[in-house]
Amino acid sequence: METWWRALTFTLGYNTSLVTIGSMLLGAAGGMIGSFVLLRKRSLVSDAISHATLPGLALAFILAGLWQGDGRWLPGLLLGAALSAAVGLWAVQTISARTRLGEDAAIGAVLSSFFAFGVVLITVIQSMQVTGQAGLTGYLVGATAGMLASEAQLIALCALGLLLAIFVLRRDFLLVCFDAEFARTQGVSTGRVDLLMLLLLMAVVVIGLKVTGLILIVALAIIPPVTARFWTDRPLRMVALAALLGAAAGYLGVTLSSVQEGLPTGPLVVLASFSLFMASFLFSPWRGVLATLLAYQRFRRRVHLRQGLLALAREEPIFDNLTLKLLRRQGYIRRDGVATLPGQAAARDAEHEERLWSLYRERHPDDALQQEHSGLTPIARVLSPDAIMALEAQLPPRPEGGR
Amino acid sequence: MSDFMMFSLVPLTVAVIIGMTCALLGNFLVLRRQSLIGDAISHVALPGIVVSFLLTGMLSSAAMMLGAGVSALITVAMIELIRRLGRVEISAAMGVTFTSLFAVGVLLLEWHQAGGVHLDVEHALYGNLESLIWFDGTGPAALFDPVALADLPPQLARVAWVGLLVVIFVAVFRRHLVLGSFDPDFAASVRAHPVLVDLLLVTMVAVAAIAAFEAVGSIIVIAMFICPAAAARLMTDRLVAQIAWSQLFAVISAVLGYLLAGHGPGWLGFDASVSAAGTIATLAGLILLLACLWGPRRHRTGVTASP
Repeated sequence: METWWRALTFTLGYNTSLVTIGSMLLGAAGGMIGSFVLLRKRSLVSDAISHATLPGLALAFILAGLWQGDGRWLPGLLLGAALSAAVGLWAVQTISARTRLGEDAAIGAVLSSFFAFGVVLITVIQSMQVTGQAGLTGYLVGATAGMLASEAQLIALCALGLLLAIFVLRRDFLLVCFDAEFARTQGVSTGRVDLLMLLLLMAVVVIGLKVTGLILIVALAIIPPVTARFWTDRPLRMVALAALLGAAAGYLGVTLSSVQEGLPTGPLVVLASFSLFMASFLFSPWRGVLATLLAYQRFRRRVHLRQGLLALAREEPIFDNLTLKLLRRQGYIRRDGVATLPGQAAARDAEHEERLWSLYRERHPDDALQQEHSGLTPIARVLSPDAIMALEAQLPPRPEGGR
Repeated sequence: MSDFMMFSLVPLTVAVIIGMTCALLGNFLVLRRQSLIGDAISHVALPGIVVSFLLTGMLSSAAMMLGAGVSALITVAMIELIRRLGRVEISAAMGVTFTSLFAVGVLLLEWHQAGGVHLDVEHALYGNLESLIWFDGTGPAALFDPVALADLPPQLARVAWVGLLVVIFVAVFRRHLVLGSFDPDFAASVRAHPVLVDLLLVTMVAVAAIAAFEAVGSIIVIAMFICPAAAARLMTDRLVAQIAWSQLFAVISAVLGYLLAGHGPGWLGFDASVSAAGTIATLAGLILLLACLWGPRRHRTGVTASP
């Protein structure tokens, strides 16, 4: 607990602080670029990209190992990862554009065969006389524990660069995400912007390999944007929020993993991100599950109350328990089901409303279609007073036998 | 010959059966554009197995199958819930779900590393096809010797049962599957129960993924779900022919991949072997690459060659 507190307050040593800052920047970059990719509905492309880094990593490891006896040379590994990820990305694009296969099949095929080739190369490495082999498994699930200061600096710097690049390009991305046709008329080359977006995504994935590992890095690009979507409908705000959420996930995950030796960073970052997601999913006041349920209940009550009042006005018997309960709670009926005075007044009002609405719908069907209502909105809020006066003048007399 | 019986016969058979089973289901996944369900489910087999191990304290295969099955169902339920209630697009919902569950699995695994369990992330991903050794398989006579047959690795029987189950499923529901794959609305209108069949298909995918998981690791499972079926889709327009092609591709990649992994490095002068599961999956990918380049039906119908 105390270690965690010290990690949280950046007093656990230079390296840990550097790694924490690096993963926060990375989380922010992932959240930003992930938002655009989510809006483009291509979230799982990042899964293909991340799995496709493995053969490049392994090849770079082999080459570096043959060169200097130790394969762990971070810049070389990242370069190799980036190159093979680019090949994988190209393969996904080409397969889904040029053949009849869908993008899902393209992603799945690239992901599995590239990763499998990487696995083959790893077994080759295991039979070679190269030191530092244990370092390679860190790229599968992430390990920041034994990170060198130079590596942490590299990651932090690259993440900062990415963040800046995404920030500069955000308007173009947004334009293409929402209206590719319009973007084209504005002279923006959609193909190029799309490619740039995916290349930046790829860069985030490659830089993040060491932190979260290649299987979980997709979570950085998917979960924060999805979470942010629960809190806002405005795209740029969503991007900013996703960046914040990503940074928070990186902060929590990395600091938690420094509590105990051997706790893997990747899963912790992902789970921190997932808890933020769960909280938003359940409790967001706009699109959260709880808010939706409450809104549904409110709507249901309004409908029942209205129908109950109409039934009172038409002197029809009421059998529905919820309706009876609502009417009783409002003081509109007595316990034996007879309408009270306020109940009679409310029922008359409700019936009057209903008659006005149906007359309006009959006389002005086109206008009525424009109004979004289920007969529950007070008509005075929709129409102007004189329009209502005109309607009232046209109301047919009440049919005999009613009241 | 006895070497082959002892070391290669069982892994080869297991690889072929798994390849054919997964490819058979894969045809429908690819047609329905649901390939990534297979991806998600084979990722979450790990947490299922880890949790069942932590609960029961042993690596019994029944408990592992059960755990992985439950986690597959949880995954599907979570994806649907997030998609419906949160109004999140499906691929994003999948991404959220399987990365989180996989993270839980990895975390639990690392946490209990101290127990000295023979279960680790690499094992789960790569599998250990090569370790399926039949010690009593000393010669062709062993094939007819009940004592020797009883010593066959249990994975073989399990995989064979699952393969049979999947074949029966496809045979029984073939009309429903075909209808649901091409026209879900029509399928619903003629009471072909597309939703139910969908769920059954996903369950079958999970069962196949779990059975294969222990023997060959999850990577080969994903590859076998997608690559042969996708390659077959580029060869023909007819479903029956597509299934036949996919089975052929699966067998080719399994047999060739296994032999290459065992003997390929030797031909190049190295005294080692590489991961058989990895080689098989790589070959499946290569077959798909060839089909993309030269498959007779690679273009979309009604679309000209240029994009």
